[in-house]
Order: sequence, then C-alpha cells, then structure tokens
Amino acid sequence: MADIKNLTRGIIKENPIFVLLLGMCPTLGVTTSGTNGLGMGLATMFVLVLSNCFISLLKNVIPDKVRIPAFIVIIASFVTIVQLLMEAYVPFLYEQLGLYIPLIVVNCIILGRAEAFASKNGLVDSLFDGIGMGLGFSLALTLLGLVRELLGAGTAFGFNLFGIFGIQEPKMMLVFILPPGAFLVLAYLICLIKK
Amino acid sequence: MTYLLIIISAVVVNNIVLSQFLGICPFLGVSKKVNTAIGMSGAVMFVMVLATLVTYILNQYVLIPFELEYLQTISFILIIASLVQMVEIVLKKVSHSLYEALGVFLPLITTNCCVLGVSIMALDLPSKFNFVEANSLGLAVVFALANSLAFGLALVLFAGIREQLEITETPRKLQGTPISLISAGLLALAFMGFSGLV
Amino acid sequence: MAQKIESSLKNMVISLLVITLVAGLSLGFVQQVTKDPIANAKQQKEIEAISAVVPEFNNNPLEQPIPAIIYIDEVNFPVVYTAKKDSVVVGYAVLATSSGFGGNVRIMVGFTPDGKIYNTSVVSHQETPGLGDKMTTEKFRSQFLGFDCKTQKARVKKDGGDIDALTAATISSRAFCAAINKAYRAFCYVTKDESGLDAESGATKHNN
Repeated sequence: MADIKNLTRGIIKENPIFVLLLGMCPTLGVTTSGTNGLGMGLATMFVLVLSNCFISLLKNVIPDKVRIPAFIVIIASFVTIVQLLMEAYVPFLYEQLGLYIPLIVVNCIILGRAEAFASKNGLVDSLFDGIGMGLGFSLALTLLGLVRELLGAGTAFGFNLFGIFGIQEPKMMLVFILPPGAFLVLAYLICLIKK
Repeated sequence: MTYLLIIISAVVVNNIVLSQFLGICPFLGVSKKVNTAIGMSGAVMFVMVLATLVTYILNQYVLIPFELEYLQTISFILIIASLVQMVEIVLKKVSHSLYEALGVFLPLITTNCCVLGVSIMALDLPSKFNFVEANSLGLAVVFALANSLAFGLALVLFAGIREQLEITETPRKLQGTPISLISAGLLALAFMGFSGLV
Repeated sequence: MAQKIESSLKNMVISLLVITLVAGLSLGFVQQVTKDPIANAKQQKEIEAISAVVPEFNNNPLEQPIPAIIYIDEVNFPVVYTAKKDSVVVGYAVLATSSGFGGNVRIMVGFTPDGKIYNTSVVSHQETPGLGDKMTTEKFRSQFLGFDCKTQKARVKKDGGDIDALTAATISSRAFCAAINKAYRAFCYVTKDESGLDAESGATKHNN
C-alpha cells in the first residue's frame, strides 16, 4: 500500500512544479509548445528514475560526507547518456531543447529527490517515487506548454485547432509564447491549483 | 567594441534570467530582500567568472585534444561543485567578513543552472556572435562577467518589487508565488523592449 | 538494513574513484554506440536541406564542401555544396549564416548553374515564434523562387528592395535577405573559380 502512495504522491499532491516549485528553469524555458514540454518532461523523468534507483542501491556504499559529489556524478552520467541518445535518435527535439538538456543535471528535482528520498529508501520505493515525480513533472510541463501554445499560436502539439473553422493563420496572443508568457501562465496555473 | 556588444547583449537584450530562464530557482528563492539579493549576486558573480575561466581552459586544452567532448557536462558540473567548496573554504580562512556576507549563498550556487549554462554557452561565442576573435578566453570571461551582472540586475530589481509586494494587498488566491511570478512576467515584458537592440 | 559505510578518508576516496570510473567508462561506451547514429542524423539533415533547394542530383554533395571565405572577419563563412547528376553540375547549395533577431539564422540557398535561386530552406534559427519564425513558411520563401540576384534586389521593400517583409518582423526578414546575398556572393566566388581554373576539376579527378 505504501508503495502506491509513493507513486501517486508526485503526480498531484506533491507535484514538483505546481506545489513544490522545483525545477523552474526548464519549466519556463522549453515550454513554448506541448511537444517540447512533453519531450523535456520525459527526458527528465528518465534521468530521475534511473538516478533514484542507482542512488538507492548505492546508498550504503557511499560515505555520507561525499554523498553530494557522488550523486552529482551519477546524475550527470545519466544526463549525458540521455543527451547522446537524443542527439542520435531524435535530433529534431535535441535541437529544440538545446542547452536545457545538459542543464537537467542542475534540475533541483533530481538532486532533491536523491537527497530527500532515494538515499533513505529502498529500491522499489525509490523507483515508484521517481516515476511518480517524473510523471508529475512531465504532466505539468506538457500542460504549461499546451496552454502557451494554444493561447500563443492557436495550435495543440503542432495541430492547428482553428483549421476546423477554416482559419489558416489564427491571430493569437503572441506574448504567451514569448518569455513573459511563461511566467504569466505558470502564475495562473498555480493559482488555479492552489486550494 | 566586441566586448561592449557582448555586455549589452547579455545584460539587457538576452537577459539570462528573464529571457533565457536560467537561474530561476535563486531568482524566486532568495529575492525577498534587496540585501540578500545583492549578496547572492556577488557570490554568483564570483563563482561564475571563476568557473567559466576554468571550464573554458579545460575544454580547450583537455577535452577537445583528447576528443572527450561527451564528458563536458559531467566534468563541468564537478568543477563548479568543487570550485564552490574551495571558494567557501578559502573565504572562511582569508576574509571572514566576506564569508559572512556570501557564505550562506555559496552551497546554493552548485545547483544554480545559470553557472553551468553560462560555462557551456561560453564555449562557442565566436560562432554565436559571428566574428573572428583571437582572444577567445578573454571573450569567455567577459561573457561570464556580463551574464553575472545580468543575473544581479534581474535579481535586485525583482527583490525591490517583492519588497513592495509585501506591503500591498493582493487577492488571497494570488498571494505568494503566483503574484511573484506575475511580477516577474511583467519585468520580463519590460526587458523585451530592449530586444533587437544588438 | 545494512550497515552504512563510515566516512573515513580511505572509504571516501575509494567510493568516489569507483563511481567516477564506472561513470566515465559507461559514458565512453554509450558514446561509441551513438557515434555513428549521431553522424548519420547530422548528415541526413544536411542532405535533406540540400535536396530541398537544388534540382535532383545523384552525387554526394557533402563529399566536397567548398568554404567561401569572402568575409574575413566572420567565423560562419558560407559553405558551397555542388550537386551533380551524372557528373553534370545541376546546382549549388550554399549554407549561409546571418544574424537575426534572436541569434544566428542559417539558410540553405540553392542556385541553378545560371545563377537563379532554385529554392531556399531554413536550416536553423532562433527567431521569435509566431513572428520571425514565419520565415520558414512557404508563403515568405516563395518570393525567392527563380529570384535572380543580378537583376533583382534581395532586400525588403522598406530598404528599397523587392521583398515583402514579414509582418512585424522586419529584422528577421532582413536577416533572411542578408543570408541570400551572402549566399549569392559565395556562389559567384565559387563558380568563377570553377570556370576560370580547370586545374580545380583536374584536382577533383585526381581525388577520385
């Protein structure tokens, strides 16, 4: 039972972005479209799950005083693996996300979960925690990207919604795709989710 | 002239926080008071310039000659983490007053993505700005300095706004993070006025 | 729960050493595995960009890129790729870079041997979504189909040229035109070389 809680907690109740406010840089930076948000979310989730698993396995052989550098090395390796894989197999997304891929290393969620959860809990719990938090993060990023894309360009995942009504180039509120829009949309999403 | 171009471009046009979204965590986290914002900016400036200097040299003289570019991320973050530790130890011994001013912020800087981001961006400046420059190390350092100034500017401005926000009445739903994000959005909107300047 | 390892100097050094060693080795392994796919993906992208802008060809233009160093103070000089069909030159694809609103704009411009633009394609850009990035649309780029830089001016109308700028994105449109002009200069530079110097083609044969 406790295991399931670890899985679901990250998605809504302790959503890393809307509730914990962690990992804001990629959240705001890449979410100009739903696709980008989803891609970034999945890449981060991959790193988060693997690093959580490894750290929980290795927690007893890493001396306390050097745990942070050890965590950073583990996380950075997985990030580089993701980076190489993306460059090879999804070059389009790799170019879109650009600098933000290596920056997954310094995403506070990953180090935060490693420190607060994986280094204290068993493998299965850490795996579930990683998946849950990763899903929550991906969900939030996709939602944010989708809202910005919809308001700013009138499309969803690149599909022109206004095409149904025969409008080829809908005039939308561009500001939502531009940097200020990221702050504004996130502000109102948090406001809606907050009790 | 090139240096001036880099500085203007980094500080106002492509502000690292407000238009590139690097370093948002400290931007939202330590911007409640102008004084702490200034402290944080100082610490970031210190670490960013030092880190860029070291990572640039490492990349140029170790990683590229040995074709180890894929170790960039991992080696850069280790350098930044150890630099932060070293700066902390040195400051503690050498200047106690400076340590007291910056000390609390230093551990936070390791996971400040603008330091890693700037040290990665500083690697291909000539192609980014499209000019031949013999002294590309100097260029990288100036770029780091300019970006840390940009970070400081955004942080201090934002802290000023938030100090004002503390004493204004906001709707209950918007209190806390949402209203801060909205003001950050407005600040970003203001900075967009500079775009196209360079 | 197993006993946690003590933080002695020996333990710290050993554990960090082992972790970094394993990390380094596994990264090296992944890099080896992904090396070819990455190179392929890059090549594929360039070939696609080239085939989009020149008539049908059957050689590999990437084999002999010609750097056109005509602007000595620029790092991103244009590169010319020659497209041939059965050893007859059918067109030149020029990759030119100019600076736009948000950063570098890289455009592949295809010329037929008589110097007219066959087609264009945007390789990479960082222009504003919804404004400057409309330069990738057919509507804007179609203005350059069959464009002759000798008789027409690749400039926006505001600057006395023949091109309709994108709405609210004059700087991006100017960047596009600048890249076109650079590409044309590179094209002239390269074609003059080829017609003037037969030694070049001799060297080409030698290479084969």
